[in-house]
Amino acid sequence: MPEQLVFATEVFLNGLMAGVLYALVALGFVLIFKASGIFNYAQGVMALFAALTLVGIMEGQVPFAHLINAIFGTEIHHFGWHVPGLVAIILTMVIMVALAWIVNTLIFRHLVNQEPIILFMATIGLAYFLEGFGDIMWGSDIKKLDVGLPQGINLWIDETTFNIFDYGFFIDNLDIVATVVAALLVVALVIFAQYTKQGRAMRAVADDHQAALSVGISLNFIWVMVWSVAGFVALVAGIMWGTKSGVQFSLSLIALKALPVLMLGGFTSIPGAIVGGLVIGVGEKLFEFAIGPLVGGATENWFAYVLALIFLVFRPQGLFGEKIIERV
Amino acid sequence: MMDAMENRETLLEVNNIEVIYNHVILVLKGVSLKVPKGGITALLGGNGAGKTTTLKAISNLLKSERGEVTKGSITYRGERVQDLVPSDLVKKGVIQVMEGRHCFEHLTVEENLLTGAYTRGSSRGEIDADLNKVYEYFPRLKDRRKSQAGYTSGGEQQMVALGRALMSRPETILLDEPSMGLAPQLVEEIFHIVKSLNEKEGATFLLAEQNTNVALRFAHYGYILESGRVVMDGPAADLRENPDVKEFYLGMSDEGRKSFRDVRSYRRRKRWLS
Repeated sequence: MPEQLVFATEVFLNGLMAGVLYALVALGFVLIFKASGIFNYAQGVMALFAALTLVGIMEGQVPFAHLINAIFGTEIHHFGWHVPGLVAIILTMVIMVALAWIVNTLIFRHLVNQEPIILFMATIGLAYFLEGFGDIMWGSDIKKLDVGLPQGINLWIDETTFNIFDYGFFIDNLDIVATVVAALLVVALVIFAQYTKQGRAMRAVADDHQAALSVGISLNFIWVMVWSVAGFVALVAGIMWGTKSGVQFSLSLIALKALPVLMLGGFTSIPGAIVGGLVIGVGEKLFEFAIGPLVGGATENWFAYVLALIFLVFRPQGLFGEKIIERV
Repeated sequence: MMDAMENRETLLEVNNIEVIYNHVILVLKGVSLKVPKGGITALLGGNGAGKTTTLKAISNLLKSERGEVTKGSITYRGERVQDLVPSDLVKKGVIQVMEGRHCFEHLTVEENLLTGAYTRGSSRGEIDADLNKVYEYFPRLKDRRKSQAGYTSGGEQQMVALGRALMSRPETILLDEPSMGLAPQLVEEIFHIVKSLNEKEGATFLLAEQNTNVALRFAHYGYILESGRVVMDGPAADLRENPDVKEFYLGMSDEGRKSFRDVRSYRRRKRWLS
């Protein structure tokens, strides 16, 4: 195999892995958008908040420690215990469900029947609130997250490829785990949406919430459920990104990378979010590899957005978006 | 037959209700009506008379449109229901089929029907049995069960909406404008189905309809609404023979064909009704 092709293959595989992480964030967007027509700008911040909370619980941090110390002049920071990863994940999930309930009760149930732009603005507000709240609650320093996921180069792949191509591929174990987890998550979500009663009700609410009300579906219940599921997806995304690059503010910015993923895959399609993520992940890595040197590099910054722009012009509903049904 | 209707137990009673939208727009100005068990009661009137609002006040879909009942009471089986949420009413057996069908367009026909059974805790087998029953009433839906509801015809969508309501095993169906946008033949078909549901399943209907002619042929009792008030009510057969109803709603008059010169007097006479 020629050397260039071997490199390209490695780039391709790494692109796939990066794409999975984009897809995880995009998935959270799709869920909420599908069920309530809300474009949730806060999805990235939710991932950050989930990761912060997870680290905080694992490390036994005292929530609002800085605030408490400033007011009472105390010097407390830690409870002095460590919570095992799995327990901490479950506790974090409980908090994300509570957050879903609070968000729905305080904000979105009062905005029923409002324009999408108003709902969107509300999520921007939510994003900034949550960002600040996370800071106050857990502190703003960069934290290391380790829930016991394998990390570092996968030696087996390295050796095997070395024996075949005389060149060992560098594939991170964490990326492999992320891929498997994302695949399982998608299968579970698709089964939930397509084949369960609550999933069907969720899609019904997405189509026509007045009609859903008329058949006795409780909108509040469905919305809390959807925000909880989105919170769960945010938690998974937060764990993966947090483990990879530390829990820090920039985690909330990956949400922006999810936008082109959504335009490509379609705002309403769960498989679309995955395929879109993979296409963008692979696309930007291969583009950087092949074209990057010719134009001076740094194509990863804009490749995804240009691709999204092209899709907006030629196929606005994305690859897998629901066809816009228009009967005359 | 009409006498039999009058002696029936009253299921639903609306007592002098007033409805205000957005805190300012007064839509219903004291509407009262009674729906007897096992009857088809028609709510007639033109655009904006308040038919839909009356139905939504009963099913409590008003709240999500920023409307509220400010005066009067609504009782179902003698129990006050105006503070319940729609899902509670569906559980009590009152379900509304909204005007303009409102199918879930990205769901298949069968999925649409299944959402109707959302509030029921029944087993899969029971629900399947009901599904088959709906398909018996609407054989056309069975052929199209796997198509997306958004791609079916207007008549089929009306059948989906009605079938979906049936899946909740309702006692009373609030049917809003089933004839809207449908060819006369289909209107006839839908009303025949309503009639057989009423006779065979004992379903009670409160039917809002602009098509006075068809509605009075199938209903037992009728109320005529004009700008938020009930202006006339009576057994359907009597209303059909009433000269004013004939002239204003059925487009017939005793003097045979009308000349345009009389249009003015039509308008003048209409005023006392409102």
